[in-house]
Order: sequence, then structure tokens, then C-alpha cells
Amino acid sequence: MAADISPVKTGERIGLSDLTAAVGERFGSVLSPMPASHGYVLTLSLAQSSSLPSLCRFLFSDLACQFGGMIAEEQSTHWQLHYAFLLPGSGWIDVLLVLPIETTTVPSIVAEVNAADWHEREVEDLFGIHFEGHPRLGDFILHDQIWREGIAPMRKSFAANSQLKQKLDLEWQPLLIVGDPGSFAMPVGPVYDGGLGESLHFLLETVGEDVIRASPRLFYNYRAVEKIVEGRSVSDVLLLAERFTATSAFAHSLAFCQAVEKIQSVEAPARAAHLRILIGELERLRHHAGAIAAICESTALAVSTAHAAIIEEELLRASCVFSGHRYLFGLNVAGGLSRDFAAEELKALLLSIDKAERDLRILENRLRYSSSFLDRLEDVGAVNVESARYLNLVGPIGRASAQHCDLREACPYSGYEGYVFDIPYETEGDGYARLRVLFAEATQSVKLIHQAIEALQPGAICAPCEGTYPGAALGWAEAPRGAALHWVSLDEKGLVERYHAITPSFSNWHGFHEAAEDFAFQDFPIILATFGLSATECDR
Amino acid sequence: MSFWFWHGMRRGIQSTGYPARAENAPGVSPGRPVNTDFPTVEEARLAEEICPTDAIVAHGRSAYVNNGKCVHCQLCLHSLPSPMNWEAGYEWTKLPANQSECATLPSAFSKSMHIMVVDAGDCGACLHEVKQLNNPLYNMHRLGFFFTATPRTADLLLIVGPVSENMRGPLLKTWEAMPTTRRAMAVGSCAITGGVFGRSFMCAGGAGSVLPVDFEVPGNPPPPLAILHGLLVATGRKSITQTGLVSEGRS
Repeated sequence: MAADISPVKTGERIGLSDLTAAVGERFGSVLSPMPASHGYVLTLSLAQSSSLPSLCRFLFSDLACQFGGMIAEEQSTHWQLHYAFLLPGSGWIDVLLVLPIETTTVPSIVAEVNAADWHEREVEDLFGIHFEGHPRLGDFILHDQIWREGIAPMRKSFAANSQLKQKLDLEWQPLLIVGDPGSFAMPVGPVYDGGLGESLHFLLETVGEDVIRASPRLFYNYRAVEKIVEGRSVSDVLLLAERFTATSAFAHSLAFCQAVEKIQSVEAPARAAHLRILIGELERLRHHAGAIAAICESTALAVSTAHAAIIEEELLRASCVFSGHRYLFGLNVAGGLSRDFAAEELKALLLSIDKAERDLRILENRLRYSSSFLDRLEDVGAVNVESARYLNLVGPIGRASAQHCDLREACPYSGYEGYVFDIPYETEGDGYARLRVLFAEATQSVKLIHQAIEALQPGAICAPCEGTYPGAALGWAEAPRGAALHWVSLDEKGLVERYHAITPSFSNWHGFHEAAEDFAFQDFPIILATFGLSATECDR
Repeated sequence: MSFWFWHGMRRGIQSTGYPARAENAPGVSPGRPVNTDFPTVEEARLAEEICPTDAIVAHGRSAYVNNGKCVHCQLCLHSLPSPMNWEAGYEWTKLPANQSECATLPSAFSKSMHIMVVDAGDCGACLHEVKQLNNPLYNMHRLGFFFTATPRTADLLLIVGPVSENMRGPLLKTWEAMPTTRRAMAVGSCAITGGVFGRSFMCAGGAGSVLPVDFEVPGNPPPPLAILHGLLVATGRKSITQTGLVSEGRS
């Protein structure tokens, strides 16, 4: 594993001007300067693709930027490849590569930034661009046993309603990594756990007791959301942005709305911004209660599972009483929120929130003294700090391995800079550390909800969005599972031309194998639960 | 560790009284729009126009709701000068449009039905609501309903999601592995009509286009009690309510 990851110490931050100077000094000859735009604080436009890997390595390894993701866009005459890096405390940096449309090969940056692995596989599968130097392309979103080669569904020439003939290749076998005599692969999924698990497939390779290689195979739930939204209006796409993954619907619709607001140079009114924080934290609290219930369930501790599940259900009911929807659908609109809330509604919500917090505290204290429970979590599914950095893990899972990055603080949106809150983190990186982070974050969410209600002033709830087209922008939010980035590009009629969502589950599934490998089979469901990832959030 | 025993005992019984009694706790259901008679033709037309999924069809002064298409965006509740009528409740199970007879399971299943769930491209909400049936507040075991780990012992296939192409094969394999007598239930507007995902090269646009569906539970997502009502209907312990039929609308 990469040893020379970061000369910049954790917690130490460099400023944007230092970064600009450092990059200019090393890459000045191949970079053309570009004004900050599209939600990025700095755009580094590369003249030739050959310098891409070294620039990405410099940003990720030497300047300790976080890798956000990769966005490919097909224009009429050229390709645009955006590599988004986060300089914590300053904002998003766009490494932009513009290539003629005939280009079929781009250098891979996997050797430099491992987290780009799945992004490149996705672009190869959906756009047909080959990444030179990537160790494993193909069979990713379009599963090889049913889709023919040569289909590139995200190309503009491909119609979303085309009827493709599937093949069914009965001879097809997944690629196995362990080839030793006596080794075998145990398949799990796509329908498993009585169908109550989200659809995904694991190949657990073993020689007996321990899982040696765990390869998740996802995208069973791929509904091509990013393809079918092309040419639709912003309000129609919003329905899909909040419905492709319901358990963090509000965070994703918020990231989408913020991108649209940036394109149209509209700012949500202060009241809407505070309410967005309130609802976003309510969603995080509910998600974390559900994640804790799932961890308890995986260890078969029935009473604690019941206790946590009741907390979650009560929060779902409180959300429904408050907003009219148990999963907070239909609240975000471009420009603010769809409806205002009266003081009594907020007061009633606060009562439910405080009750949930008390119940979580009781649960935490009981779990802390349940030795059989702790034995199943401690030192299980550990991801050490170096691996977490190397794999660029995000969200509570990253923070359990000392990856402090939280977009609410590293790149504040919707007025989070005016709030006082901690970002809890742990260093052990095991299942118990992840559980502790979930509990601590839930406490912080309650604190934030209280602050949001205190900060509320009467005022408008939605700013009119009649801004300028065309344009493109990046919106982001810290979803319950981690960083969510939404890239939206509107054409001259104001219709969506390209939409791309980079989700925390996509980032973290890529690193999941690190936790599952070298642990016994019976630990696997527990590791899966402590990661708490969503397949559908990853698949889109 | 014995404290867990006392902890559980102290909380007492938390389960809902449904179906013996109606459950009216706040927040158990988001409710849904129902057919509405407006004073003017214009208001009905506005209701039809505001619906992003064509779930509302205006006919004269009346606006009819096709609940299989409703994605619960609440626009017809909050963004109209005169809103659509909303009904509370959760007994929403209905028959697919191509069926007239309610295909309940034989009486042997009425107190013991094993359920296989398949996530066929679901957004997580319907699946989550299905899972809630196992929590103490709903506790479907008390009614003789069980999730089963294998289709070989399943009586009811519960499908959530619009059926993504990558899940079509696994869904059909699961269905074919189930012994007859078997039934299929589509849960959520995505599984009924494709919902917001519709029909595309990657999406079948509902479970009905892949296998024969016997029951539909509309909602986006349907709350746990609505799914529980569906299970009771499938075993013949509840009948499909009049509202469920009326609000199917005209389209």
C-alpha cells in the first residue's frame, strides 16, 4: 500500500494561495489559468492529458487534498473531464481536461489516486472511454453476462428509451482473484437475507475460515437516472434526485438544488437555509438510529435492536407529522423550501427529537456494558488510518478511521459556518469505532437542530429562480453516509443537459473490501452492518 | 447482561392493535390525495397540470387520482390555490388494472404466510418500510407472517422497485423457484407503474410487465401499515376497501 501518502500532517491546512503557487511552480507550463466558476474555487485546465496523473498525485499526496470524484461530460465537439479535489477549508478544485471528441484513451490516475478506480470504470462502461493503465475495466455497471460489448448508454447518440436485446451468457463466470488450489468463492446475493438486503452481490473468496478476497458487485439497482433526466426540466429532475435513494433523500435533493441555485445565481433566503440545516440533521439523526439498529441486529442482540428500531420508527413518524412525509420528500425546491413551518410544528418536532436523544443515550450506555456485543465489534472490520486515507473513505466510516473531512466544516454550505458543532472522530477504525461515531454524530445533530430553531427569523422561504441559462455547477452536501456531490448542467432552454451524482456509498463501497478481508465468515454480516452502506445510493 | 431482560420487560407491549383496532398514532401514514370535486372546471384543470407524474386526471369539475402513479410530492396539497382532498388512513391495497377477482391465498395460509422480498431497483424507502414490519411497533409475526430466506418455502413474492434490467433475471429466478400456490405483490408506485423511473432501456416500468402481479400496494413509499394491510388482503383476512377501488380513478 502507498507509504508516502501525506507530508502534510492531519489537521494542518494549507490555504488556496499556497496551493495555487505550489501548483503554478511545478505545472505552470502545462496549465492554462481559468477563473473560479461552477462552484469550484479554482479551475486547473490541463493542456495535455499526459500531465494529469502527476498533477493528481501532487494534489492528493503532497498537498493532502481529498479526492471528490470524476465527472465526464460530452459536448458537441469535445469531452470535458472534471476531477474534483477538495482543499479542506477552502473549497473544491477542478482539474479540467478538455479533449477532442474523437479521443478514445485517457491516462488512468488509479496508481496515483486509488479512489478514482470506480469512477474510471464507470466512465469506461457508460461512455466508452478507455483508461490506459487501469488494472481492471469492464463488467461494472453493465453486467457482462447480460449486456453486449460496445454499448455506451451515456453517449448523446444513445436514446434512453431504446430497446436493447439482452444476451444471457450462461457460460459467464466472474473474475476470481485467489487462484490457489483448494480455494473457492462463496457467492452472496443479489437476493439474500430473505430479500431484505439491498440487491448486490458479493464474491467471498476463501480457503476455509477467513475471507481472503471480498469483491462486491453492484449496480443491480442501476436505473440510469442520469440518462433518463437528460432534456427534462429542473423540477422533474428534482423528483428523481430525491427518489433515487430515499434514506438520504433530503441531503441529495439539497445538493441538487444548490447546484441549480449556483447556476442561476440565486441564494436561498436565510429562513430556508436554517430550515434546510434542521431537516438535514433530522434526516441524519434518523439515518444513524437506523444504522445503529442494523448493527444491533447483525449481532443478534434482540432487545437493543428493538429499542433502536423503535427510536427510528418514532423519528419517521415525527418526520411525517412535521413535513407530511416519512422520508422528507417534496421539501427542497430550487431557491429554498416548498413550504414554511409554524412555531408549534417546530416545537412538536423538538419534543420528539429530545426524546430520541434520551433514548439513544440509554441505548449507548447499555451497549457499552454488553460484553458479548462488544466482542463482536471490537477489532472487527478494522480499516487503519493509512488505508482510509489511501481509499479516501468518507462520512462516518472515514471519520471512524481518523479521516476528519466533513463537508459541513471543510466546505460549508447553507450557512453551516455560523453553527457551533464538533466533528466526532475515532482512530481505531474498527466496528466499535464506527458505532461510537454514529452515536456521537447523532448527539451533534440534535445540537444543530436546537441551534437552527434558535436562529430562525421570520422571512421568505423561497427565492424565485428565474436566472440565467445555460450553465453548469457543482452542488454538495454532507449526506448521512458522507460527501454527496451533484453536477448539474443546464442548456439554453433551462433543461438538464447533464446530471451526475457522486454519492458517499459509491466512494465507500470501493473501500469496503479493506474491512471485510482477513476476517472470518461469521464477521461478514457485522462488518457489512457497521459500514451501513446503501447499494441503491451507489447505483443511482 | 441481565439488564437487557429487565429493559425489555419494562417497556411492555408496544405493538399496534391493528388489525383488531384502527391505528391512529400521528405519523403512521402520510395520507394520500383522493378524487376531488372542485367548484370550477378551472381548479380541476390546475390540479391536473400541477401533477408531475400525470397521476391526476381532470374530468369536468372533478379531479381523479391514479394512486399507482402518485409519487407523493405533495404539490397538489401545498401548491394549489384550492388543494386536493387528502385522506388519512392506510388501507390502500388494490387489484391490478387487468384483474377483477381478488386472488387471495387458500385458507391454509391465513395464519402462516412466508414472504420473500426482492429489491428490484428500489430506492430504499419501500424496502425500509417492509423491514419496519419486523420491529416491535408492527411485529407482523403475531399475525403469522414471516420473512423467509429462500424462495423454496415462500408463498408470497413481495416486489419493491420498478424492476431494473440488471435485476430482471434474479427476480424471475426467484419467482420460478417458488412453489405453487404462490402470489406476487407489487409494493410502491415504482413497482406498480415504474413511478418516477418510468420505462427505459434500464427499467421495465413496473413488476406487472415482468410477471403476473396479484396485489398492488400504492404509495411512495406505502407506510408499514399499508403493507400490512396488503398481507392481510393476500390471506383473505381483510377485504379491499371501497376507497381503494374508487380512488383508482379513470385513467
